Amino acid sequence: MSAPLSIMVFDENRIRASIIEEGLREAGHDRVVVLHDIAGLARQIEQIQPDVIVIDIETPNRDMLEHLFQLSRSVRKPIAMFVDSSDTSSIEAAVDAGVSAYVVDGLKKERVKPILDMAVSRFKAFSRLQQELAEAKSALEERKVIERAKGILMKSRRISEGEAYALLRQTAMNEKKKLSDIAQSVVMAAAMLGS
Amino acid sequence: MDNGQGMGGGLAAPSAVRSEGARVVRAGFIPLVDASVLIAAAEFGFAAREGIQLELVKDVSWANIRDRLAFRQFDVAHMLAPMPVASALGLGSNPSPVVTPFTLGRGGNAITLSVNLYRRMQALADLAGDEGALANAEALKLVIDDIKVRGEPLPVLGTTYPFSSHNYELRYWLAAGGIHPDRDVKLVVVPPPMTSDALSAGAIDGFCVGAPWNMVAVAREVGRIVAVKEDIWPSSPEKVIGVRPEWADKNSETLARLIVALDRAAAWCDVPDNRRALAQVLAEPRYIDAPEDILHRVLLGKFTTDPDGHERTVPDYFSFHRDGANFPWVSQAQWIFSQMIRWGQVEHSREKQERVATAFRPDLYRNALGPRLDIPSDDMRVEGGDREDGFIDGAIFDPRDIPAYLRGFHVHNLENPVPTRDET
Repeated sequence: MSAPLSIMVFDENRIRASIIEEGLREAGHDRVVVLHDIAGLARQIEQIQPDVIVIDIETPNRDMLEHLFQLSRSVRKPIAMFVDSSDTSSIEAAVDAGVSAYVVDGLKKERVKPILDMAVSRFKAFSRLQQELAEAKSALEERKVIERAKGILMKSRRISEGEAYALLRQTAMNEKKKLSDIAQSVVMAAAMLGS
Repeated sequence: MDNGQGMGGGLAAPSAVRSEGARVVRAGFIPLVDASVLIAAAEFGFAAREGIQLELVKDVSWANIRDRLAFRQFDVAHMLAPMPVASALGLGSNPSPVVTPFTLGRGGNAITLSVNLYRRMQALADLAGDEGALANAEALKLVIDDIKVRGEPLPVLGTTYPFSSHNYELRYWLAAGGIHPDRDVKLVVVPPPMTSDALSAGAIDGFCVGAPWNMVAVAREVGRIVAVKEDIWPSSPEKVIGVRPEWADKNSETLARLIVALDRAAAWCDVPDNRRALAQVLAEPRYIDAPEDILHRVLLGKFTTDPDGHERTVPDYFSFHRDGANFPWVSQAQWIFSQMIRWGQVEHSREKQERVATAFRPDLYRNALGPRLDIPSDDMRVEGGDREDGFIDGAIFDPRDIPAYLRGFHVHNLENPVPTRDET
């Protein structure tokens, strides 16, 4: 029996960190520590001596971790994920998902891989969620702009709502642009013309 | 697909290697002024002229740059000169093979202290404000002695990465002033774009990073520049182009073309009249995302060193091309090795010295650019012997006898090396 792995998750994004933590606990890992802030990180690493550190690739604080590992007098120096492996598809998946990891040297890859796979899939799910949210938001924004453009056209050209919409759509088709872009131009032009 | 047939040979003249279509070369970079040559090669047509489509990918940390190069997400990368040396020595958390055929120029670093710390140096050492870098280091030593007597916390100074020119330059400067970098101050790592925030918040008392962040701290009236790289050692190599040796072998023709493109771009960057256009491009959000006028002044070496408005001009603050600035001197790789030993990151051995020699590849540089009068015929030289190119403490580095060179230093960590992996 091997001892349970101690895992540290460092992510400034609290929501994503808690999603990862939950996944780890579901997978039966109960020695999980989550950190959001670089302050105190050095002390925590010293105390916990984690076997695996999962870290967001977009944080510039990775260089600070490298500095800590370099100073460490411990023999358990962590290595970047899969340094000794040719498992390029796993590595690509991780980097694409925006997650990186440090693993204590000598730890068997079979023990670490499920942890990283889980982190990768949760990072991906999180960014998908964020993208959907952003898309929903921008769809709402677009609809608002189109409504305003329609209103401007109806008033200035004395046409009906249906005609205003058809005019916007026809112009978008002629100009090979998005309907919302044309609407945006109408709103902007109206603002500049003070109408 | 980028799967070149290497032509090799010493005569790969640029005009003769146009046999294939445009090759995509993906290059990682960190937003710093010393990425200029790479950015200019992509933006001003130098890469395209050599049949290379240079795709630049901005990144946030040197650890990412190293890993993404190792994991083949990048073909080449903007790197700190000590990174290929560290990888040759098996240091760091991902020491996968990387070599450099091209140095991206010299200069660009500076050491900035908080205005408060500098005021204290002025008071204790009677500084007028225009003293040299060595006098500033000695004044800092007086302040640190005072801090110790009063039992106050030691100054915290930021650098960028354990294997960085900034780390070794800051240590060199401190030691020249009699300050032990591991005992008399606390060294930490701070990402360069965060340095002036960290300084104004009091999280650090100073830092050594690349342009434009020193000038940004002065412009924000939180910092005082006390030394620039030229004061410490003008020739000190800064950033390099890192490549995997296996990629360099398989794509020797593409690499040769890239070196030609970088050489032309570097020459262009050196012309003062081009620096306005360069600053304009660097200022864009996809590159450095900093004020254009600060970037332009930095490129011209026109400094405001403190919030009182002291001015200083360092004409060679950036040399991108002249005086063989792109030549990867093996003696400079050895100098980096000597500093790693000096500060206890690694111990000296003949065998390690031989490994270090393979990290810098002047042969690839010469192959690409052919015989040219300004390309040195030697791979090594004695560093710092020239009066114009001296070290701040007057030391001279002879790469043939590193142990003797190190015995000349009073401040070092030779007796207390950090354990490395292959010793444990």
